[in-house]
Amino acid sequence: MAGEPLLKIQGVETYYGNIRALSGVDVEVNKGEIVSLIGANGAGKSTLMMTICGSPQARSGQVIFDGEDITKLPTHIIARRRIAQSPEGRRIFPRMTVFENLQMGANLDNLKYFKEDVEKIFVMFPRLKERQSQRGGTLSGGEQQMLSIGRALMSRPKLLLLDEPSLGLAPLIVKGIFEAIKMLNKEEGLTVFLVEQNAFAALKLSDRAYVMVNGKVTMSGSGKELLSNPEVRAAYLEGGRH
Amino acid sequence: MRKMGRTIQEMRPHRRTASRGKQMDYFVQQLINGLTLGSIYGLIAIGYTMVYGIIGMINFAHGDIFMLGGFAALIVFLVLTSLFAGIPVALLLLVMILVGMLVTGLWNWTIERIAYRPLRGSFRLAPLITAIGMSITLSNFIQVTQGPRNKPIPQLVTDVYHFGDITIALKQIVIVVLTAVLLAAFWYIVNKTPLGRAQRATEQDRKMAALLGVDVDRTISVTFIMGAALAAVAGAMYLMYYGVSSFTDGFTPGVKAFTAAVLGGIGSLPGAVIGGLLIGLIESLWSAYFSIEYKDVATFAILAIVLIFKPTGLLGRPEVEKV
Repeated sequence: MAGEPLLKIQGVETYYGNIRALSGVDVEVNKGEIVSLIGANGAGKSTLMMTICGSPQARSGQVIFDGEDITKLPTHIIARRRIAQSPEGRRIFPRMTVFENLQMGANLDNLKYFKEDVEKIFVMFPRLKERQSQRGGTLSGGEQQMLSIGRALMSRPKLLLLDEPSLGLAPLIVKGIFEAIKMLNKEEGLTVFLVEQNAFAALKLSDRAYVMVNGKVTMSGSGKELLSNPEVRAAYLEGGRH
Repeated sequence: MRKMGRTIQEMRPHRRTASRGKQMDYFVQQLINGLTLGSIYGLIAIGYTMVYGIIGMINFAHGDIFMLGGFAALIVFLVLTSLFAGIPVALLLLVMILVGMLVTGLWNWTIERIAYRPLRGSFRLAPLITAIGMSITLSNFIQVTQGPRNKPIPQLVTDVYHFGDITIALKQIVIVVLTAVLLAAFWYIVNKTPLGRAQRATEQDRKMAALLGVDVDRTISVTFIMGAALAAVAGAMYLMYYGVSSFTDGFTPGVKAFTAAVLGGIGSLPGAVIGGLLIGLIESLWSAYFSIEYKDVATFAILAIVLIFKPTGLLGRPEVEKV
């Protein structure tokens, strides 16, 4: 795809105290793409997702979004640039209803498009409609995942960051969620950057992918290329599919 | 709190000779007095509970914010009555409350900004000790600038209504009604507006709130200002009720309101109000039927007993939640 990428991460290093979690990461995500990031536990995938949102901020390197350097912006300002995240652990507000959680997602526009958008979310995830007046903390894991994605979508994002949308979910629900992501990408041109442990499904879904090991990107390529790459197969696919 | 004691003693009829009907009237009278006092405690307690809810810290300076509200009201009273002799009481009270809100809001905003915010994320005792420091700073400041003696003002609202042997003062009605209106407004803000949603979101998961575009620092500031505004109303009402202000006023009512917040379950808004009313009622009824000297002992003893059986307070929730 021509032109500037929507998200450009250059030489980003992030620390937790004195521990380096990311050591010089370069990643690009173009408009309209689905890009995935795969890797083992503790490789720094979630840290990269949070670094994009400025929490924690990168100690060195740059995060450029839509031509603007957002590396040192506070988290809530980055959110207002329309980067939405469904973070690790889902982070549903437990003592707010499903409906209120969705309203929180639409805060940026003061609920201007709320009615219209919430209907879309309810079509995509009918379970949320049934549970709309229930407290977030009482939902099952799968329902919380749907809510987390729905809440992120309510802000009409330019870039959607998904951290392990399949974690702990039944295969059928995972399939549903991945289909929803694909549909949003095809029909609305939504750009998606996702982290997945379920490498096989992620690579099949993605236009391009990066492999992360110990805080560094070690490989990248199209989803197809990585699926057929023997190293990737050995490390992330065959080992994980018993 | 000698002032309170006096008021109750004056109203105490000769119980030994009273008939059963009189005893009932006496009881109702004490309920009304307790409700009035409890409303004031409840208004202060909300500030404690909201700040605790959103940043998990006890703002020990909050009692002094209440005292500051009383002093602001006192100064407004002195200025306005000397400038405009015939000013209507309702207008006078309104200006007293509004100026008090402004002053306390500004003060609470400032201490959050310069004393508490830099300590956010440090160990839990640091902001607590700082808050005690802020409390002492404010009460000493008032002592030095306003003098250490009690400052009396004339009775502002003197009307009383008699229902048989029960006496209800207009100022009691004003306090209870104003409290109810403020609580309703407050409930609406917290539960139904974007600001309230942002406050609750910040309370439940600060990082996620920021990820959704909520300006967490600003939300916390607003919470401090809201708590201070309610304390200012309580301060003005306290001045109107007892007709006197002192720089030490922040301490006892402040601790009582804090007790109310803990009794109701700290972090819970309805809990703060119920706790406030309970403390007010316990105090009045204990003073009426047992001894005024031991009313504070009774209050704190009941707190201790409740906490033994229900450590999270009446409406509190346990810390651990399934997420």
